[in-house]
Amino acid sequence: MNIITLIKQVPDTAQLSSSVNGLQLMSQGGPRIVNPWDEYTLETGIQLKEAHGGTVTVVCMGEPDSTEAIKRGLAMGADEAVLISDPLLEGSDTLATARALVAAIRKLGQVDLIIAGRSAIDGNTAATAAQVAALLDIPQLSYVAAIKALDPVTKTITVERLIEGGRETVSSRLPAVLSVVKEINEPRYPSFMGIRKAAKKEIPQWSVADLGLEAGQVGRAGSQIKWPEVNLPPAREAQVEIIEGPPAEAAKILADRLMAEKVI
Amino acid sequence: MANDIFVWIEQSNGAGDPISWEAIGAARQVAAGLGGQVVALVLGQGAANDLAARAIQYGADRVFTAADPSLNYFRLEPYAAVITKLAQEHQPAAIIMGASNAGLELSAYVAAKLGVGLAPDCTGLAVENGSLTATRPVLVGNLTAKIEFGPARPQLATIRRRVFAVPEADSSRTGEISQVEPVLAEADIPTKVEGVEAAAGQVSLTDANIIVSGGRGVGGPEGFAPVKALAEALGGAMGASRAAVDAGWVPYAHQVGQTGKTVQPDLYIACGISGAIQHLAGMKTAKIIVAVNKDREAPIFKYASYGIVGDLFQYLPALTEEFKKRLGK
Repeated sequence: MNIITLIKQVPDTAQLSSSVNGLQLMSQGGPRIVNPWDEYTLETGIQLKEAHGGTVTVVCMGEPDSTEAIKRGLAMGADEAVLISDPLLEGSDTLATARALVAAIRKLGQVDLIIAGRSAIDGNTAATAAQVAALLDIPQLSYVAAIKALDPVTKTITVERLIEGGRETVSSRLPAVLSVVKEINEPRYPSFMGIRKAAKKEIPQWSVADLGLEAGQVGRAGSQIKWPEVNLPPAREAQVEIIEGPPAEAAKILADRLMAEKVI
Repeated sequence: MANDIFVWIEQSNGAGDPISWEAIGAARQVAAGLGGQVVALVLGQGAANDLAARAIQYGADRVFTAADPSLNYFRLEPYAAVITKLAQEHQPAAIIMGASNAGLELSAYVAAKLGVGLAPDCTGLAVENGSLTATRPVLVGNLTAKIEFGPARPQLATIRRRVFAVPEADSSRTGEISQVEPVLAEADIPTKVEGVEAAAGQVSLTDANIIVSGGRGVGGPEGFAPVKALAEALGGAMGASRAAVDAGWVPYAHQVGQTGKTVQPDLYIACGISGAIQHLAGMKTAKIIVAVNKDREAPIFKYASYGIVGDLFQYLPALTEEFKKRLGK
């Protein structure tokens, strides 16, 4: 099994506070983490490799310092990693990002399974995995909460998907793109040995030229979406009214308020 | 049809998802700015005609239906193939869908096949100089981005649930309904749906008007009983914080927040939830937030309109009792 995990390094939203707002978090460097959804991506890939053999390759597109996120993947148990990084990629929208990822996937050769997270907590598009599948013209299985069966010989997979209003069991041929949700597993902590191994591992960095792409296919030039303005959302105006009194009394007051607000 | 707006009508077992009517409302605004028509796409067997009529009542000028057993359940590849083909043939200016699980991936897949721009999960849409613009939350609601599209058409956008109003249905509206063929034969579709298990009897979190959620403060799985009782008394859905889900007290499907669901109810009652930034990310745009927490210093009170500082095990049963009385249950 050749498994590729697509991960992203993102700002740590846990650093947001009354003194650090979203704009400051994005601009001021600060700690970066593996996109929380991608912890499940990595764990899924590593568990499948443990069960079926093969290799897990981490593919990450981002700033040159994204090696931190990649090292976490390697320390957890991934075998190989590639960083896609190039100033020409700046301003890539989801489709330009998918083009670069697909070029890297093709360069890596034969693949059975591509795994991604449900979305990234910075851009929140939930689009890249589906676009990678579209460009590769292979099936996409989204919101995967469990892998019920996988047969590397017949190249088939059966998964349980979390859909709105329930669960769905779907089977597909491989290769396929999976996007996973939190329910699928509990990501492991990297072992001491894993961290040492990851620290020594060479992480090749691929440029746009290395991927065989033209500058106009990626970055701002290759994107149909621009975001000229990013602002703080309007502050919530709520001024809390603390409702005092013993339970039965407080319940009456709150019911009055909520009925006046017309929310019940 | 160069100024027309396509809207995908999402359905499950023949029932239209309200987010699709919200999308028609959003498309009507965009169509007014572009001077085009709203064209609804109804895929799936059975209720296609009924749904097509509903789409017209809500504001569609024209409907394409594709009724075939291969389209009964939503599957990405066959659905995307029909929509991509219709878009290539009719060259609409924009395609709008709901930012549901299915809408998010369908729009992304179609945008990639057409090589066009996509703005997912928008909370605002407008037309400027004949081009769509959008507003959308990023960094899990901690920033708002304005989105502009390049010249490629169609421009794709999905709208966040419960942000755009459902238009008034008008039964006097008329429109042409045309049938189109599926593009992929069953044998060419790479995925098979083996089974569907509906979450029976539960109000869906993302559709809910009212959500009652429990966090670390409920103390254990049994602690969710009064949370659930209050949710049921209000006809709402039950949510949970990550802490409660990670502790194994409730299933993941109930998690609200950064690695769970983003919800937009009219009323959100947070019980024993401190209000970590990751939880707030999923619910802070609720119209009214009520916090019940022992700790007056908990951050949730900064976002709440009403607060009760006290023991939720005493206050929730009293609230349940009172709401049952008021709602005549």
